[in-house]
Order: sequence, then C-alpha cells, then structure tokens
Amino acid sequence: MADLEEVRRLIEAALPGSLVIVADMTGGGDHLTVTVTASQFAGRTLIDQHRMIHAALKQKMAPLSGEIHALQIKTKTSGD
Amino acid sequence: MSLTEQQMLANIKDAIEKNKVVVFMKGTPSQPRCGFSAAVVEILNGMNVPYVGVDAIEDPRFRHVLSAHSQWPTLPQVFVDGKLIGGCDIVREMKATGELDRVVAAATR
Repeated sequence: MADLEEVRRLIEAALPGSLVIVADMTGGGDHLTVTVTASQFAGRTLIDQHRMIHAALKQKMAPLSGEIHALQIKTKTSGD
Repeated sequence: MSLTEQQMLANIKDAIEKNKVVVFMKGTPSQPRCGFSAAVVEILNGMNVPYVGVDAIEDPRFRHVLSAHSQWPTLPQVFVDGKLIGGCDIVREMKATGELDRVVAAATR
C-alpha cells in the first residue's frame, strides 16, 4: 500500500506549484485517484499529462510489484 | 508451450501494426476481469468499430513486456492506428469530448 501523503508530495515535487488531491478508493491504499491541477499541463496532450504523473510515481507503480495497483488520474490545467 | 519474451514482443508489435484499434486488457472483451478494462470495452462496443482485445494477464510476463514497449505502466492500454492513446481515464475523457470518435474514425476510414 502507498502512503497517500507521500504520493501527493512526489507529484508536487515533479510539478512545482501544482494542486494535488489524492483519494483512496478502497481504503486499502492501492487503488488511488489523483486529481492534479498544474500549469505545466498547458499545451500537452492527455497522454503526456498522464505520463508526467506516471513518471513522478514511477517507483510506486511498477507492474505487479508496485504499491499502487490502480491509479485513476484526472488532470486540469487551471482550477476551474 | 509458452512463448519467449521476444515472441511476446513480436506478437504485441504485430497486433498493434495489423489492427487499427487494439486494447490490451485484463481478460477478454467478452469476459473482462477488471472494471477499467470492462469500461473501455463498453465504450468501444458502443462505437460500432472493429477492434481486437488482447488478454495481457494470461501470462504474467506479458504485461511487463507490454509496459516496457509502450512505456505505460497500467492496463488497459488502447492503441489506435499504431499509437498508444491511453488507458481507461483518457479513453473515457476522449469519448466525452468527442475526440475518441474523431481519432477512431480517422484511423478506420
């Protein structure tokens, strides 16, 4: 299972100035939803935006061995 | 007889190259074994386009080979016209905006 606060910190460190909300879908700490609002997403495709978050959480989501089994991602460029 | 990882990679590339729409998923389109894979299948079924579903968890090595190739850590993975467009969240979002219909129509035209 992943530490939600650590997940938040890892994304914020990778995307300085971003607003990150991490939710635990099952209470088990391995099915997470992250909602990330970051100016760095501007002009990027959805797949690139998601890759930026995957990169931040790389060590936590390796297939099979990772702490995070399912990660739902919602990206926003501004806080609307 | 089980495949080598080289054969798996060749099969993955072949499936992506030869089919306009491919989804690597947990289970099969008729029997998805994960809610996210099921959601993608439901969207594709509703679009009335031909697609191929590949079970990526039948052999536990397969998803490692796939993820190393696609540089995408999770399942499902949807490829359109040889290119990864994303997983469940992106496919849902693209469906909602109409982008998915546009890229699939362009690929299968």
